[in-house]
Amino acid sequence: MIVFQGVSKHYSGHGVALEDTSFQIDPGEFVSLAGRSGAGKSTVIKLLIGEERPSKGRVFFGQYEVNKLRDNELPAFRRHIGVVFQDFRLLPNKNSYENVAFALEVAGRPQREIDELVPQVLDMVGLGDKMKNFPNELSGGERQRVAIARAMIHRPEVIIADEPTGNLDPFHTFEIVKLLEKINQLGTTVVLATHDKEVINSLERRVITLDKGRVIRDEKKGKYILV
Amino acid sequence: MFTIISRIFHFGVKNFWRNGWLSTATIVIMTLSLIVSLGLIMFGVVTRAAADSIQDKIDISVYFNTTTSEDEILNIQQSLEGLSQVQSVDYISRDQALATFQQNHANDPVISQVVNELDTNPLEASLNIKAKDPSQYGAINDYLSSPNLASYIDSISYTQNQDVINRLATIVRDVETGGWLVTIFLALVAGLVVYNTIRLAIYSNRDEIGIMRVVGASNSLVRGPYVVEGLFWGGIAAVFSVIIVTPACYFLSPYLNEFIPGLNLFQYFYTHILQLFLYQLLFGVVIGSLSSFWAVRRYLKN
Repeated sequence: MIVFQGVSKHYSGHGVALEDTSFQIDPGEFVSLAGRSGAGKSTVIKLLIGEERPSKGRVFFGQYEVNKLRDNELPAFRRHIGVVFQDFRLLPNKNSYENVAFALEVAGRPQREIDELVPQVLDMVGLGDKMKNFPNELSGGERQRVAIARAMIHRPEVIIADEPTGNLDPFHTFEIVKLLEKINQLGTTVVLATHDKEVINSLERRVITLDKGRVIRDEKKGKYILV
Repeated sequence: MFTIISRIFHFGVKNFWRNGWLSTATIVIMTLSLIVSLGLIMFGVVTRAAADSIQDKIDISVYFNTTTSEDEILNIQQSLEGLSQVQSVDYISRDQALATFQQNHANDPVISQVVNELDTNPLEASLNIKAKDPSQYGAINDYLSSPNLASYIDSISYTQNQDVINRLATIVRDVETGGWLVTIFLALVAGLVVYNTIRLAIYSNRDEIGIMRVVGASNSLVRGPYVVEGLFWGGIAAVFSVIIVTPACYFLSPYLNEFIPGLNLFQYFYTHILQLFLYQLLFGVVIGSLSSFWAVRRYLKN
């Protein structure tokens, strides 16, 4: 489903972010990308959603060759993916309901479907009573749950989470990880980039470990080991 | 398609209200720029009136020998009216000239007495000629100076007033050209101010644009609401600009009338208010939406 083939990413003046990286992720997998800050986890994600282009190599997502997509092809491609970021990236002028609905609205889904689905998904992430709240009226954990609801509402094939617990306390971290596991159990592939040892060890799933832009370990039931 | 358009409109209206302060600041700047644009239209009216009032003061008179018959003068008047440069030709007969002279000097007993003692009317009949454009008096003068008319004509005022006429013609031309240059320059400044204000407004939304892109919003769905906001900003600013300029015009009008007799600025404004408002609306809406369209463009990559 997701294939990285000999991918390198060099930034002029800032060195190497990724060097000759290859791996494959199959449908339904829950994969953690582990590594220290600057190991290349976020670069993998940026390349995967077409926010950056590789200096060398190819990135595949289903039938798409992501590195070859033109700017105007990116929106339609991104509707196959749900993305969750460390800084939540919610639209500040929209309330929880509208933020989640937005993912369906951009896909041109009918209003009736939106009215039906959004409350269900917000209920599922435990925010059924905060639909009218704006991001600045929510806690960090609640904001991240809105972001997850937005990422999953259009039933994407993959959910990519880039350090989703980076700004959260241990209690909310555990909540978010449980939520991601639940989404995975429903059949959605999950790619989780994190440097949180506790999170990775508690999952007992596949772990791809990156260091200095290279894959140094890829284990089916991995642990957080950097050396 | 209809769903997308209605969502674009819906998002635009919502953003407009929720970005209250940003909308207010943008509308204030746009209103000021539109006041400049409306001011320029009124400035055009004033310069045109000023030029017309100067132009109105220029004419040439041709005085005929007392031996020239009225029929001959009327023939010449007809031939002059056939010239493309001529706007109007007024005939002043010898009797009319005398009557005007007497009327003008009715309070001067010496002159009245002298006129009454004369047996014959010493004044000459004349034709008063106005050209369509002040620069064309030379050509009219050339026509009147032709040898076949020489036996009828005593004098032509152009020869005496040539310098003054040319100077006035230059002033008229300069006022008109200068007016245009000032208008174009200030309209450009107003346009740039609006564009940059909207650019700043969009710049403050660049993160949101990035988020919309990541969620999979198409370019038109990202850009559309900003264009709708631009339309609203422009439309509202147009309304405000007309509301502000109306009383200003009312108070300024009498003062301008003192400088340029015959100019009633407020009356012009009042009778053309719908047309002026439509100009403002068009300028505001076009520049508002186009500025938004261009300003968002740079954030639509990746």
